[in-house]
Amino acid sequence: MDNTSVIRIENVSKRFVIRKEKSLKERVVNFGRSNLHKDDFWALRDVDLEISTGSTVGLIGPNGSGKSTLLKMISGILQPTEGSVHLRGRLAALLELGAGFHPDLTGRENVYLNASILGLSKKQTDLHFDAMVEFSGIEPFIDTQVKFYSSGMYVRLAFAVAVHVDPDILLVDEVLAVGDEQFQRKCLERIRGFQHEGRTIVLVTHGLDQVAEFCDRAVVLEHGRVAADGSPREALKVLRAEFESTRLEEVERAVKTSDAPIVRKGAKFTGIALRTDSGATGHPSLKRGEGLTVAVELEATTPLDDWDIGIGIATPLGPALYGTNTKLLGVRLPLHVGVGRYEFHLGELALGEGDYSVQASLTSSDGTEIHFVPQAAEFSVEGDGSSHGALAARARFTVV
Amino acid sequence: MTDTATERAVRLAAEPLREAGPRPGFASGTLTSLRDIADHRELMGFLVRRELKSRYKDSALGFFWSLIRPLAMLLIYYIALGKFLGAARSIPDFAIFIYTGLTAWTLFNEIVTIGTASIVANSGLVKKVYLPREVFPLSVVGSAIFNFFIQVGILLAATMAVGRFPTGTRWLYFPLSLTLLLVFATALALLLSAVNVYLRDVGYLVEVALMILFWASPIVYSWALVQKQLACTPQMTAATCQTHQTLEQLYLANPVTLVVVGFQQTFWVAGDGEPIPTHLAERLGIALVIGVLLLWVCQRIFARLQANFAQEL
Repeated sequence: MDNTSVIRIENVSKRFVIRKEKSLKERVVNFGRSNLHKDDFWALRDVDLEISTGSTVGLIGPNGSGKSTLLKMISGILQPTEGSVHLRGRLAALLELGAGFHPDLTGRENVYLNASILGLSKKQTDLHFDAMVEFSGIEPFIDTQVKFYSSGMYVRLAFAVAVHVDPDILLVDEVLAVGDEQFQRKCLERIRGFQHEGRTIVLVTHGLDQVAEFCDRAVVLEHGRVAADGSPREALKVLRAEFESTRLEEVERAVKTSDAPIVRKGAKFTGIALRTDSGATGHPSLKRGEGLTVAVELEATTPLDDWDIGIGIATPLGPALYGTNTKLLGVRLPLHVGVGRYEFHLGELALGEGDYSVQASLTSSDGTEIHFVPQAAEFSVEGDGSSHGALAARARFTVV
Repeated sequence: MTDTATERAVRLAAEPLREAGPRPGFASGTLTSLRDIADHRELMGFLVRRELKSRYKDSALGFFWSLIRPLAMLLIYYIALGKFLGAARSIPDFAIFIYTGLTAWTLFNEIVTIGTASIVANSGLVKKVYLPREVFPLSVVGSAIFNFFIQVGILLAATMAVGRFPTGTRWLYFPLSLTLLLVFATALALLLSAVNVYLRDVGYLVEVALMILFWASPIVYSWALVQKQLACTPQMTAATCQTHQTLEQLYLANPVTLVVVGFQQTFWVAGDGEPIPTHLAERLGIALVIGVLLLWVCQRIFARLQANFAQEL
């Protein structure tokens, strides 16, 4: 039963035409050349997705990769240029909180209006009204015009309405990052509740941790195409690699376009290898308490002066757990040209069972990054199954 | 998986896949469009209320302002046209006459003007939520009707004050004319609101067109005056007479003219002896049929155009 798809996206492409003229005068003046003033922009290209009921899908990607466009297409606000989008069940889209709020109406009136926009009948709203107000926590102000609300109150009320609509599919676009922490937690709790109730959730977000935490599937969009589709772990890996390559491109471009002759330090890692204390290499498996040696090889085409090497350990989902560099270790690296090899030794890693990745960075002392490898190497840690999480500790239990 | 989850999965599996957004198809989409709109009638009610509540929200006189405008217009036309230009001499109960026309005109004017701007004015919603977008022009119709009935109330009070309260069969013209007016105004509002998204000039064009239409309808002058000008006299050549008759038919082809005359038939009791266009009821009926057809066409055009609203706004 789990495989019923609630959203079926087939070969969807979306083209935006960017016209640079709007008035009649401009059109007459540019008549005939009007194609020059038209730009085609493909926001989405041949996207195929099938989302089954009860799943929580994170839609991630860099800015402008078509995430929101895809979400709007699913909710029916935009029509695909090619292909089709099919749905099952009731859909609620939180593309913008409080989109239907009218500043001159009171909170109460707006709740009814907004609930109605999201597809709730008046009777249903009556039923949920108290719960909504309770959830928003702004009871004393419910009969005040919303134009006097603070932005936090506004968002609280809007979210309160939105989560009380009873959708089969919930589309959420970047709206979780609102409100104070306590309220945010309330919202996330609510979303967990939705998951538990078998609702399908499609989440667009830049909070990659959220994706790792909530989603059982992640889709990476890149220039309107699906770059990766799979477990959040895989997807985040692809996305991070993409971010890094974009960054390098930008650096490259900045170097090319700048007039001032920037003395760019040409240096990069040519190899990074791991070795455990017991001598295992490649993708080594670490026993508890064992140390790890990170060997890096780098090549500098210009003399490196005043520089540092750093390494770090991160979980596969991204969050860094540990990091150090030569500066912190109190080592001053000598002037360096050509190929060089260096080693860090990390003793007694107190890591829990799981997979980890090693990052490596080359920085100059003023803080600019010369080279950064987000996932240079990977290793795993064996555990005895007595704990979970990234940290290991000697645990003991006694009854006193 | 919890029970609710499995239950939901089972229910969803039984449901057919439907296309997201509005259904394509020119003729076949009519029914789904209508059903969509019917499903959102409650929302429409809320939108109408929002419109009415927020319009004069923070003004001291509040709702009273919506009455002041037509009353001021009445005063201006009554004094300038009626007294200075002497129109009141040839038209009995001139104030009632003008107010009748103005009541009908205000409704038409409001639906078309505010309706045209309605999609653009609600762009925040159009871009962020999927709704059948027809609800925006239609909710304008709703709030305009509300204002209209207040004005009708004043009009009736006025007829009572002059001692000529409309009674009997003359009321039959009222629902017929009102329906005709609503059908035409709604059709125009739908069409223009959609076109206005693509070409903002429409808003200004509508302003000018409405001004012309106002003077092309017997609101501040009577049909009798028009007829007198266009009547064939023995001195005329056959060709001139022909032209005059064509012009007269053209004048009567304007649905607003028919509506206004229809309203006057109901409320302007003192004008009973005045000439009216021949076959008024038939004309109203024919215009209504054309209007309904036009409404359908406009709705279909609207449905076609609305697909790209979100990206054009």
